[in-house]
Amino acid sequence: MSEYKNFTMNFGPQHPAAHGVLRLILEMDGEVIRSADPHIGLLHRATEKLAESKPYNQNIGYMDRLDYVSMMCNEHAYVLAIENLLKLDVPERAQYIRVMYDEITRILNHLLWLGAHALDIGAMSVFLYAFREREDLMDCYEAVSGTRMHATYYRPGGVAKDLPTVMPKFMINKNHNLEQIEKLNYNREGTLLDFIDSFVDRFPKNVDEYENLLTENRIWKQRTVGIGVVSPERAVELGFTGPMLRGSGISWDLRKKEPYEVYKKLKFDIPIGTEGDSYDRYLVRIHEMRESANIIKQCCDWLKNDSGNYISSNTKIAPPSRDDMKDNMESLIHHFKLFSEGYCVPEGETYTAVEAPKGEFGVYMISDGANKPYRLKIRAPGFPHLAALNEMSKGHMLSDVVTIIGTQDIVFGEIDR
Amino acid sequence: MNKIKKLVNELVVDYSENDMVTLTVEKTNLKKLLKILKESQDLKFTQLIDLCAVDFIDYGKSEWETKEATSSGYNRGINPQSHSRIDFVNEDEVEEYKLTVVYHLLSMDFNMRIRIKCNLDNDSLIIPSVTEIFASADWYEREAYDLFGVLFEGHNDLRRILTDYGFIGHPFRKKFPLTGNTQVAYDPEQKKVVNQAVDITPRTLVPKVIRKSK
Repeated sequence: MSEYKNFTMNFGPQHPAAHGVLRLILEMDGEVIRSADPHIGLLHRATEKLAESKPYNQNIGYMDRLDYVSMMCNEHAYVLAIENLLKLDVPERAQYIRVMYDEITRILNHLLWLGAHALDIGAMSVFLYAFREREDLMDCYEAVSGTRMHATYYRPGGVAKDLPTVMPKFMINKNHNLEQIEKLNYNREGTLLDFIDSFVDRFPKNVDEYENLLTENRIWKQRTVGIGVVSPERAVELGFTGPMLRGSGISWDLRKKEPYEVYKKLKFDIPIGTEGDSYDRYLVRIHEMRESANIIKQCCDWLKNDSGNYISSNTKIAPPSRDDMKDNMESLIHHFKLFSEGYCVPEGETYTAVEAPKGEFGVYMISDGANKPYRLKIRAPGFPHLAALNEMSKGHMLSDVVTIIGTQDIVFGEIDR
Repeated sequence: MNKIKKLVNELVVDYSENDMVTLTVEKTNLKKLLKILKESQDLKFTQLIDLCAVDFIDYGKSEWETKEATSSGYNRGINPQSHSRIDFVNEDEVEEYKLTVVYHLLSMDFNMRIRIKCNLDNDSLIIPSVTEIFASADWYEREAYDLFGVLFEGHNDLRRILTDYGFIGHPFRKKFPLTGNTQVAYDPEQKKVVNQAVDITPRTLVPKVIRKSK
């Protein structure tokens, strides 16, 4: 059929399956992809350059907006980098709070990924189930920071506020009467930790529900098994990290290999795949959610029996308490200096990485001794993943590109930065 | 660490160890060094975790001298000494920069990280591409080219990646203004979207201050 030849197709940037603003230029041979050229940068906000013009603490909020579905993990890498340069110790309570919120964030991220991925491949209901649980976790975010997503909760030296002793409740409104409200508030009577506890207790059953819908589902398997296969050697070569690497069977997780905070004291497993296809990566992420719930439970138990400091008492870096400021001149000066000029970080450089839900989220920070970072390079896990899209989708059908974008867990906030 | 020293000693100009082993290398030896690090059975730095460029032109320059502030009242730190003070680049002026390319490698087998730095001299922005050694360098090099203008010799697809189609300049260099040089706006007379000179008033909210702790 010589009259047909390869043709070029534009996909996105406003396509619902493109997860944001991805533009793909696809070289097609009928339904088969010959090459895919992602055009990125449509969400480029020059976060790294902005950070160079602001004092350290004012950049924490920008980190939330990088990977906007795993907000606190991004903050974590950033504050850890500052702490490394300052050689600042973090109280144990703050470390537990951070680890707990990192894992809450991991579940948040994987739930969104699961819902969106399933939706892309044609399973509507998983999305609704996933968002039911996300809503509760968003409430946990809101309880500590006042915001559902862009929390800006971590600080160099700890976290901004201690965990609240009460959990906000639903109130009677025109849609819900007293009986319904009481039902909604059943696990909000105690503290935030009680609420998280009750969430973790029911969460494994929720994961079972998602698995019931997908794991043995014939359509789901047809759409994911054998799609986007990456061999372990190739995954390393392409710079893969996180579930993308573990799906290919390499047991590499920074929480185990370079344990930061209190991960050393916690018990959890690292799931790995065998085939390196989209289905394995799905199983890895599902299992990670269960492990995260496990970690949250351990943190919860520890935090319930502790009343330590939630932020470093070094008032050169962390703000002094309100009470101190009322009758202590020194504290007042520290407070003024911190919120006007910020603090100066000693000259040096550091590469600090955390295991974010999508993979290794690294921060390369250079300080020349000023109150602003001299250079901040953010190593986003999604960037090398998307770079491999061409290789992963070659020879697959057009509809499989959607699966592959989904399985890579692409979020443009971090890729375009 | 001794293993690294023994293997690459004659190739590197500087060796230091802070948060991780940091090697500085001439660009002529760069590919050779990376190849050894990757292929050596004792090191196996098989993954290029990150590649980025850094512009060191303003390193150690503060925007606000506090000495004068106490003797003659406070200024607002708005002397155009460094980058965040917006300073429109005159087109005839030669743009100043002092670039370094930084590579971060990871060895999963030995759980080690290493940083390699390669300084660029000012008259040539060309550095050999490492795409044939590490496949993941592809996009990272495109990014460093886009944002800093580093030219990677041997990269077979060196296009801009993050900035807009038709963008002019390399925005992450320190002398590039934070607000950019142009903005897009709708021109009602021409009835189309046009590029025009940016009209944001430049401000420094918090000046950059360097204080050495005692």
